[in-house]
Amino acid sequence: MIVLGIIVVGLLLVVLGLLFRLQILTAIFSGDSTRDIGPANRANAVLMLVFLVVGGGAFAWSFRRSYARMDVPVASVHGLAVDRMFWITMSIIGVAFVLTQVMLFWYAYKYQHRESRRAYFFSHNNKLEIVWTLIPAIVMAALVFAGWKEWGRITGPAPKDAVVLEVMGKQFNWLVRYPGRDLKLGVVNYRLIDAVNEWGFDLSDKAALDDFTAGEIHVPKGVPVLLKIRSRDVLHAVYLPQFRLQMYAVPGMPTRFWFTPNTTTEEMRAKLGNPKFNYELACNQVCGSGHFAMKMTVVVDEPDDYVAWFAQQQSFSSLNPEVRAGLPRPQPLAATPAAR
Amino acid sequence: MENTPNLSPDLPTRDSAAAPVLAAAGEHAHPDQHWLWRYVLSQDHKVIAKQFLITGMFWALVGGSLSSLFRLQLGWPEGSMEWLKPLLGHWIEAGKLNPEFYLALVTMHGTIMVFFVLTAGLSGTFSNFLIPLQIGARDMASGFMNMLSYWFFFLSSVIMFSSLFIETGPAASGWTIYPPLSALPQAISGSGLGMTLWLVSMALFIVSQLLGSVNYISTVLNLRTRGMSMTKLPLTIWSFFLTAVLGTLSFPVLFAAVLLLVFDRSFGTSFFLSDIYIAGQALSNQGGSPVLFQHLFWFLGHPEVYIVIMPAMGIVSEVLATHARKPIFGYRAMIGSLLGISLLSFVVWGHHMFVTGMNPFLGSVFVFLTLMIAVPSAVKTFNWLATLWRGNIRFTTAMLFSIGFVSLFVAGGLTGIVLGNATLDIQMHNTYFVIAHFHLVMGSAAMFGMFAGIYHWFPKMFGRMLNERLGYVHFWFTFAGAYLTFIPMHYIGIAGFPRRYYSWTGFDMFSQFSDLNQFISVAAIFAFLAQFIFLFNFFHSIWRGRRATENPWRSNTLEWTTPVELGHGNWPGAVPAVYRWPYDYSKPGSDADFIPQHVPFSQTPASNMPYEQPAAE
Repeated sequence: MIVLGIIVVGLLLVVLGLLFRLQILTAIFSGDSTRDIGPANRANAVLMLVFLVVGGGAFAWSFRRSYARMDVPVASVHGLAVDRMFWITMSIIGVAFVLTQVMLFWYAYKYQHRESRRAYFFSHNNKLEIVWTLIPAIVMAALVFAGWKEWGRITGPAPKDAVVLEVMGKQFNWLVRYPGRDLKLGVVNYRLIDAVNEWGFDLSDKAALDDFTAGEIHVPKGVPVLLKIRSRDVLHAVYLPQFRLQMYAVPGMPTRFWFTPNTTTEEMRAKLGNPKFNYELACNQVCGSGHFAMKMTVVVDEPDDYVAWFAQQQSFSSLNPEVRAGLPRPQPLAATPAAR
Repeated sequence: MENTPNLSPDLPTRDSAAAPVLAAAGEHAHPDQHWLWRYVLSQDHKVIAKQFLITGMFWALVGGSLSSLFRLQLGWPEGSMEWLKPLLGHWIEAGKLNPEFYLALVTMHGTIMVFFVLTAGLSGTFSNFLIPLQIGARDMASGFMNMLSYWFFFLSSVIMFSSLFIETGPAASGWTIYPPLSALPQAISGSGLGMTLWLVSMALFIVSQLLGSVNYISTVLNLRTRGMSMTKLPLTIWSFFLTAVLGTLSFPVLFAAVLLLVFDRSFGTSFFLSDIYIAGQALSNQGGSPVLFQHLFWFLGHPEVYIVIMPAMGIVSEVLATHARKPIFGYRAMIGSLLGISLLSFVVWGHHMFVTGMNPFLGSVFVFLTLMIAVPSAVKTFNWLATLWRGNIRFTTAMLFSIGFVSLFVAGGLTGIVLGNATLDIQMHNTYFVIAHFHLVMGSAAMFGMFAGIYHWFPKMFGRMLNERLGYVHFWFTFAGAYLTFIPMHYIGIAGFPRRYYSWTGFDMFSQFSDLNQFISVAAIFAFLAQFIFLFNFFHSIWRGRRATENPWRSNTLEWTTPVELGHGNWPGAVPAVYRWPYDYSKPGSDADFIPQHVPFSQTPASNMPYEQPAAE
């Protein structure tokens, strides 16, 4: 099989080589090789136009055809604003794209070499240059201000009444914990982490006693949610495309992002006509071989359902009495790779 | 061996040029020079340029094949890779590509393409080749340092290349090598010996870049021929000069980052490490910040993308003007925009870090500065368009690639306006939208600039012409291939597909678009295969190409006044003096449609502009 493949490729190369020699010889005999500008110039000019028309057409067609699939449904309040701004920006750059590309390929075609013509000596024009410096400057200024406004709103402090939960990234899955009845996340310490106590709960802290962990993330609809984020090994990134939410998980530096979900999972299932739909949390900062498989399901509940779910949960300390009993158990520290 | 460049280029006067020709021929040709000094340890800038070019082409081939490998994985995630076992060995497990090796592939593809091809290959080749020739110097300010620059690059290349073959695999934490992943061998096997070799190789690479850049800067500033003021320099030289300045100021910061990472990896420091529990153990490192590394990395990393694109901009400006037979439009605005881009490129690095936990206020400052850089970029684009307008265009292959450059630069540059806006970057960060953006604007576009340069200056480099027809085929295949690959990537990116994913099938939200991913893979591999047309053309033409004339493109710049058989010292006689800017194409009143830079105004009374009259008298 492989031998056959090599023979086929070899023969193909021989044929191509012969064609190449033939083309050189014909070029010499027809005088093309010495002529300064041959018919190829016109062919290339026409191809420029063909490329513009066919390429532009293919772009428009494929974009239209793929739009439904690339348009990620929005499920957060700020996501609506982000989306609106995204498509406005895309239209602005779309106009600039079409204008410049049409000019580029059209000029290339129109001003192809002609014996009779001489290029127009046009070295500068201050008025023109000021105009086309100012126009992009003004457009950019508008985009900057629009961006600032949203960015400030999104990254500003979370409302005081926000529901708080914390997500932790590790190789290669996500962990989530809730503050429990006292609505206060307890202290965690990476030195207390082991196979059972994956968060490193410090149960000498009272606030940690009622913290509970879960297998999936639940958040209530219509209520601000403050997502606290941390990592316990390498960088990860919390990426929730439907909520237009992304933030790195950094070891040693807790981060945060707050948002207000506006569509429950059930509503989104009905809207998309997909009964199996689930919001998913993905990792979006390369973290190792399992990077592509760090998934956690996110469920947006009606507020009542959320409260009911919350009430059912049992705290980590009650589920793992041995961890509490074993207090204090400082972990032996491993040396860094070098010092080992 | 004579290696001091002639510091007074006009020593032999123009009238007595005949006599020194003979003397110079004997002095510069070195007919009996040993091949080792002539081709290997050469101090001649033209030979060094070719060394950079060939090494860069080798790296492009390696980097391109790596991308073909991972595109196979992305296009056919369920397919069997058993047939690659002879090549990849234990990285193929039960017919599947090892996910860690997949990450190694993307990491090495990025590293190789950004640094070894588009920095060393592009800047190294054309800065070396064109700076002395276009400013009228006999060689670089220091031929010896220039030689060292190449050999440090070579050494760094050998180390990087060898890391591909070690058992634990090459570096695999992305080309940005963010710690802690890159610092901890427990986290990924590529962070063992592979990362050590990466860091050593990069340190040597930086040495090479600095030796080269210092040389380029001092040569441009000090060795210009008589009359060659800064405002008469071709735009190529301006772009190489500013590129070298960017490199000199930013590469040392990467060196610092590399050094600190070496400390964290090998000497137990905690610059970038804190609160880590990994592989069943809590590490003692505390107080370090992974975000600090990102600041240091991108302080180089962002100027780096301009280090990649600016030489291409310069080459394209020169080629467009020559083959449109028109002066470049807005010469001073072109220099101004290069200066603006250079300056701004140092204060936009934070746009890579909007969602890393960096202070949001800092983020908003970077939004403003980042979108500001769109202004000089837009000015450049409009000036290129105005250069084509009412030209008399000859579609040489170099011209085709230059037009392709403008098209790709616009297509890729515009989406930067989306990504530079922090609000929109929340969603787009690290998705395929980013991949599409930078592959168009700094990958494909810079590559096109490099091709334009090779096709344009090949006659000066090797004394022969490249085959134009093969060039046309190469261009159209590559141009179509680039768009077919990267336009659909935008769609996938808008759909939120994350980068550096071995496979997306685990997620419902990323379960679509497998057809488009297959399409992209086919297009990318097609574009890669098209490069073999160029390779054949390149090596065939070195020995069998049509012989070049002295000035085949009827161009104005000084390199075309040198003989076809170019010896050491560049000009057999005196170095010509320069009287005018390099863009007097199709000047009204002149019979020829070009007036080279070394023609004095006194010889062209019919075409002199009113403001040129004083110079003519």
